[in-house]
Amino acid sequence: MRTDPLRLEQLTRTWSDAPGLWGFLTTVDHKRIAARYIVTALLLMFLAGMLALDMRWQLSTAENTRMGPQLFNESFSLHGSTMLFLVSVPVMEAMALWLVPLMLGTRNMAFPRLGAFSFWLYLGGVLTLWVGHALDVTPDLGWFEYPPLSGPAYSPGHRADIWAQMITFTEVAALAASVNVAVTILKMRPPGMTLARMPVFLWAMLIASLMTILSMPAIMLVTSMLIADRLVSTHFFSPAGGGDVLLFQHLFWFFGHPEVYIIFIPATGFVSQIVETFSRRKLFGHLVVVLAIMAIGTLAFGLWVHHMFAVGLPRLGNNFYTAASMAIALPAGLQIFCWIATMWSGRLWLATPMLWVIGFVATFVIGGLSGIMTASAALDLQLTDSYFIVAHFHYVLVGGAMFPLFGAFCYWYPKATGRLMSERWGRWAFGLIVGGFNLGFFPMHILGLLGMPRRVYTYPASMGWETLNQVATAGSVISVIGGLVFVANALWSFWRGAPAGADPWNGSTLEWAGLSPSPPYNLGYTPEVDSLTPLWTERSELRAFDGIAVDRREVLVTSVTNATPLYRQKSAAPSIWPLLSALAVTAMFIGSIFTPWAVAVGAIPIAVALTGWFWPQRDRVKTGPFRATA
Amino acid sequence: MKEPRPVEIVGDLSGLPESAAGSNHLVWWGNIGFMTIEGTGFALAVAAYLYLATQMPAWPPAGHAPPDLFWSAIFTVGLLLSAVPNVWVLRCAQAKDARGVRIGTSLMSIVGAVLLVPRAFEFMHLNANWYDDGYGSVLWLLMVLHTSHVVTDLGDTVVQAVWLWTHEIGDDQFADVEDNANYWTFVVLTWLPIAAVIHGLPRLLG
Repeated sequence: MRTDPLRLEQLTRTWSDAPGLWGFLTTVDHKRIAARYIVTALLLMFLAGMLALDMRWQLSTAENTRMGPQLFNESFSLHGSTMLFLVSVPVMEAMALWLVPLMLGTRNMAFPRLGAFSFWLYLGGVLTLWVGHALDVTPDLGWFEYPPLSGPAYSPGHRADIWAQMITFTEVAALAASVNVAVTILKMRPPGMTLARMPVFLWAMLIASLMTILSMPAIMLVTSMLIADRLVSTHFFSPAGGGDVLLFQHLFWFFGHPEVYIIFIPATGFVSQIVETFSRRKLFGHLVVVLAIMAIGTLAFGLWVHHMFAVGLPRLGNNFYTAASMAIALPAGLQIFCWIATMWSGRLWLATPMLWVIGFVATFVIGGLSGIMTASAALDLQLTDSYFIVAHFHYVLVGGAMFPLFGAFCYWYPKATGRLMSERWGRWAFGLIVGGFNLGFFPMHILGLLGMPRRVYTYPASMGWETLNQVATAGSVISVIGGLVFVANALWSFWRGAPAGADPWNGSTLEWAGLSPSPPYNLGYTPEVDSLTPLWTERSELRAFDGIAVDRREVLVTSVTNATPLYRQKSAAPSIWPLLSALAVTAMFIGSIFTPWAVAVGAIPIAVALTGWFWPQRDRVKTGPFRATA
Repeated sequence: MKEPRPVEIVGDLSGLPESAAGSNHLVWWGNIGFMTIEGTGFALAVAAYLYLATQMPAWPPAGHAPPDLFWSAIFTVGLLLSAVPNVWVLRCAQAKDARGVRIGTSLMSIVGAVLLVPRAFEFMHLNANWYDDGYGSVLWLLMVLHTSHVVTDLGDTVVQAVWLWTHEIGDDQFADVEDNANYWTFVVLTWLPIAAVIHGLPRLLG
């Protein structure tokens, strides 16, 4: 049956935001929050990409004078910190905030206000770093600011503090988003979507969220310790004061290595969904792919020391971490074989999202192979801090995570906007970006083997590195042009693209069952799921349940393993308190760069804002000493 | 496909309850999530303590006595005893006993505030300052981390008590009381390994 239009009107009234600015500031709609997260991250990707282009310009000729050493240090620090902390991790969470409720066929996230709070705090981190940059307080010690260089003795001023506090912002935002995503996936699945029937994307986001919960406290702890060393004269990292500089590296990489997989695992979720739809068959080896993601998630916590092979740790330890680092290639390889098997045995449709997946497989395999090389402690000692490493991590991060992200963007764009992107310009963007990327970064492997260190602002002509650097710069320019084509296509299609309809790709999962763009309430009814691909059934109709309120914000909560319906939960209405709470936290974080008293004083407005946020709106008592007086 | 999928209604969920208790409730899982984050933070801070202990020739370094036991013992015993009223509040919340949770959260507010007294004396008898050396820094780190949790939960309990005395309590608020009681249990349990490390290790190695 068709859904009654009056019901949909009522649902729209119930789930819509207030109009105008107030609605913008108070919204708890997961789609709106995710959209601003994604747009902010993409804008920052553009800015950090411009920094990269500037650095490539500097390196394109020997002894170039476009940049001095200080500007170069600031450029790569800002580029790396932005790409890792403000683009890669947040954009994956943002995709989850947007997609998880849609793929579950539910109306919102488990904690709608927490989603809004997460975005506002993330924005605080963005502004901290980039307003700091505008005021010429730019971090200049790379994306992992090791002490003693970042300690009080060698880094006076506030550059290192800006970096450390930007991380605190983004990590609190990421942790809030992760709890939200994990609980939504565990407790808000539609009836019938048992754990065994969960699409790979949801598994990927669940595991990435759990990894975030277990790893990000390490970076919050270590940057807080660094700030304490700088602000209140603790000695965590000062050897002369009975501290230890390697403690910083251990804690940083205990977060830093899982982080790479926190970025990569959501990408495997995108790839699995895209491969399934565009191969027009069920994913080959669903269980294997899920188990491989779990294996990667577990092994990721046992690898961090491979970032520290050059610091002189015991040989036995190095051997262990070499073995563990190589072991992770096994589950990663299993996944790739499953995707290839799906493509091989399906009826392949080479639309743009699928092209990105093919670009991902080719590029990521190269990055994976150079990863196995650098996993060897003996070889790593030669390659570390050279351009070989720069090539390796761009291959795994750009090839392994950004290409799937671009594919995901093209795949779900019609659902988000109601319009199709141009396939023709999509192919151009794909060709320019993937071609330019490989042209830009492959020569860096060779430059590294030739001995070019990373983070040098220039080099003498006699080193013989000039030609390869010029090829790399040319590749970067081509890639950036491709990026501009991609963005232009997205913008043009937003207003002029062909109407997409509900399900332009004949997708397999629930997000394609409803209108495009998704209305504020998502689906009209609560769907029932009886397979891994609920939209690929013999039936033309979607089996669904009635009974969740339409006149007030209500969601269904189900059991963790079997998704058995348990109860109906009131879902939080729009509120200004998440923004006010984020502002209070921002004041405290920024103040604590300058004085420790900010922590104590700043706690008061935070407590007030959180109390306002969580204060339940119910009737006053009518009896007893505290009864309301008329 | 251009149009949204037509639907076939196969059941009605309107008979389901409007709230739940314990692990059935959505917020219970959020609470677990944040406890896991903070528990990981505690574990890593303890790891940092142990790491620094292995790097130094003496632990505590020369010139420091281990933290005094007296006030710490009072705090620890008080904290363990606070588990008794805390479990009572939890039971009242599960039984949806409005009077019980009002009295219980008020009692727990007083207990939390009283516990801050021996905690303050504990800080004064650590026998090290945070700015002395790495040992002092990491000792204060663990103490400040734990104390911040005591204070946070105390604040939460006070606000909850005020709300409960002044409002009609619904099922969701009973679930909130349950979550707050669980959080206090977390604060009690995390203290035990921290106390064991900061008191035990200097005496074991010293």
